[in-house]
This record gives sequence, structure tokens and C-alpha cells, in this order.
Amino acid sequence: MPLELIHSSDAPQPVARVRGQPLTELPPDLYIPPDALEVFLDTFEGPLDLLLYLIRKANVDILDIPMARLTYQYLEYVEAMRRNNLELAAEYLVMAAMLMEIKSRLLRPRPPHAAEEGLDPRAELVRRLLEYERMKAAGQKLDALPQCDRDFTAVEVWIEQSIVKRLPQVHVHDLENAWRMLLARARLSRHHKVTRDELSVREHMTLILRKLTGAGFCEFASLFEPWRGVAVLVVNFLALLELAREGLIEVTQAEAYAPIYVRLAGESGDANTAAPHVAP
Amino acid sequence: MLSPTDAKTVLETALLSSQEPLSIADLRKLFDQEIGADTLRRLLDELREDWRDRGIELVNLASGWRFQTRPEFQTYLDRISPEKAPRYSRAVLETLAIVAYRQPVTRGDIEDVRGVTVSPGVIRTLEARGWIDVVGHRDAPGRPALYATTRKFLDDLGLRSLQELPPLEEISKSLELATTGEAPASAATDYPVDEQAGTPPVASAA
Repeated sequence: MPLELIHSSDAPQPVARVRGQPLTELPPDLYIPPDALEVFLDTFEGPLDLLLYLIRKANVDILDIPMARLTYQYLEYVEAMRRNNLELAAEYLVMAAMLMEIKSRLLRPRPPHAAEEGLDPRAELVRRLLEYERMKAAGQKLDALPQCDRDFTAVEVWIEQSIVKRLPQVHVHDLENAWRMLLARARLSRHHKVTRDELSVREHMTLILRKLTGAGFCEFASLFEPWRGVAVLVVNFLALLELAREGLIEVTQAEAYAPIYVRLAGESGDANTAAPHVAP
Repeated sequence: MLSPTDAKTVLETALLSSQEPLSIADLRKLFDQEIGADTLRRLLDELREDWRDRGIELVNLASGWRFQTRPEFQTYLDRISPEKAPRYSRAVLETLAIVAYRQPVTRGDIEDVRGVTVSPGVIRTLEARGWIDVVGHRDAPGRPALYATTRKFLDDLGLRSLQELPPLEEISKSLELATTGEAPASAATDYPVDEQAGTPPVASAA
């Protein structure tokens, strides 16, 4: 076990001396039951995490790490990991090599003028350990902050605007204008045919509906046949108005003076926006 | 010109119906720029005060102002929502902390601090959440991507800026190993245990 190293001294004597001060009590234990090991090792996020654990548990000053003990304990855990067939990340082995290198450099006698060389071989390891520990703590602090969708929810009131599609509005004047244009065109191509007029608004309504079936949007003007004379036009127009009144057709116009489009009511809404571009 | 009460109601309505936080600039548009930013801020403070005793609060975030539920009511809300928000793993949280506190950082920087390879899943998790993104590339071999935290990250954690991140813990005061020598140099022989362990303290070794 890791602490046997220290245990070897006689009972009344201090178990250790730290910076010249005798230490009579053992630091908190590092012992972990073997069967708990697998679960335990799994919780480490990497070699730095494991090293930090060893250092903090042993209660040693991070600025004065006893390298031999730490290396020994570290290797024990790594060995245990291998025995338990845990997938051992390469990083753990790299760290083991680094620990041994630091240890050997500490053992090497220093040349007398080494003072100005100055750098403790452990310095870089300590820097990394401290930075990692800082970030580990910071991660926990971030997790402790109230988090959107976990600890609170953004409020959003349901508003109709996002559901209802806005369709262009058609004014009576627009229809009137369109009607005048048609009349004008009818006058240009007037036929002088005298027939029995059996004009039924209902009939024209059916004709219009039939024309519109499957056609999507039709241009308002295309629903009229000016060459058939004013009377037919009037009935046709009345039929259109009647259809619109009964909600059987939809009449739309993108903007003032733009072409007016007509389609069957209840026809799929997909053609809705695209239609004006498709129409002749 | 609207009365302050009416203006507050307009603000309230706009903020409640908005899907995103609204900035002061957004909110000024509500009034055709007739209300100055300072007045607006005062009205928002009043509005926040008006909602003080409710389950919903008005908060000021990195992207602007937003109404949100108070965290203490989340336990109740969780009971009617079908799925629970997952908690992030330590790997994700540590990576997030490194990006947040040390940004911009490359994947290599993150690996340097954590001592392990950063799995692509970790980065992807944070990117998918919209909390980090690539802000550039370091001028180094391979031109590695530089990651930074987003405004959404601040919004989601209820922060207005990175300055409001929890301060980093001061874990140890100094790293100046060579200058910690309170122990006299002659004390080198007083370290029987350390000697056995093969690690003379720094101060005495110098």
C-alpha cells in the first residue's frame, strides 16, 4: 500500500518531517478498496485529474510535491487500471514517463553553480496542475449557474401573428377598376350577334368554378370572354361576386393596381404565395 | 406621446411576445425612437420591479432584455414537461470552462490544460448548443480553429458579459518555487523521510 513507505519508522518517532517539522499524524488515507477501484478510476478525467487527487488527498503542498511518493502511487494506480483491463489512455503513460523524468532530475546532484539555472524541474508540472485545478473548479461553477431550459425557461406568449398567414386585401375599388377595364376591352371587340340570351348567374358560377378547378390561381381578366358581349360580361361578373360572397372563391391582389387573382376557396395553401409568379 | 404607464405596457407586450431577447435599440423602434435610451432603461427597471413578486422575471442579458421563469419554479415546470434537460459531463464542463476563461483557444490548448485528448463529441455538444463557435484560425501549422463562447452562452447562463463569469479560484498564491525558502539552507539534513523518498525540498537543494 502506498503509505507503507512512511509506516516503516518506529512508533514513538515522528512518521515524517516536513520542512524540518516533525509530523506525528499520518495524512488522510489514500487507500481504496480493490473492488471499488474500477468505478473509482473511471471517474478521473485524465492523468492530471488523478495526480491532483493523489496530491490533495495526501495533503501535501502542491508547491513542494514529494516526487518519489507521488510517482510511486501514480504508477500503482496505473498498474491497477491495467490489471482491471480498463482502457488505459496513452496520456496516462506519458504522464508516468514525465513523473519519472522529473524525479530523476531531482535526484541528480546539482552542480555548484546551478543556482542561477534556478528552475525546479517540478515547476512545469505544478503550473499545469494548478491550471487544470482552476479550470475544473470553474467548470463546476459554470454548472452551478442557473441555465436556460434546465433551471429556467424563456417566456414567450402565443401571438396570432405567427400562425395566420397574411393575405393581400382586395378593395371594392380594385374590382370596380378591373371591371371597367374589361368593359373597355369588350367595347373594342363587340359582336353584333343577336341571340336568345339565356343568361343565368348560377350557370356562370358553375362555369367559373369549373374553370378554376385544378387551375390554382387564375388572372381575374382571364375568367371573362369579352367577345361574348357586355351582357355576358355582366352576368359573369355577377357570378364572380356571388361566388366570392358565398366564400367559394378567393380573390387576391398583391398591391394596388397589381393583377387580381382568383382561385377556388379551400384549395391547398401551398400555391398561395407562389401563384402570382406562375400566372400568365 | 405615450404616458410612461402606456409605454411600459408596450414594452411589456413586446418583450413577452418576442422569441429572442430585445436590445435597447430594438425596443426604441417600438416608439419610433421617440423615447431615449436612458428613459427606456428607467422604464425597464420599473417594469422589472413590477414583476418582482411573480414566477416570471425580467432580466437583462448579453443580447438584451427577456422575460424568463424564475429558477425556483423549475421543479414544478419539470413535472409537466416530457423530457428532462440533460446534465453535461465533466469533460464538457471543463472544456466549456477553458473556452470561456481562456478564449480564444484551439483544441490543442484545451488538451494542454486537461491533459487528455478532446473528443470531437465534446466540441460538437457545445457547438450544437450554440455556446461556442469558431472565431478564427491560429497562424500555426495546420491552422487550428480558435474557439470562443457565443452571446447565447451568456444569455443562457443569465450573464451580460464575460466579466460576470464566476471569478477563478485562487488555488495557490504563487508558483515561485525557488523563492519560497523559509527553511535555512543548512536544514538539508533534517529531512529524513524526504531523503528516503528521494525528494529534497527545493529550498534546501538550492
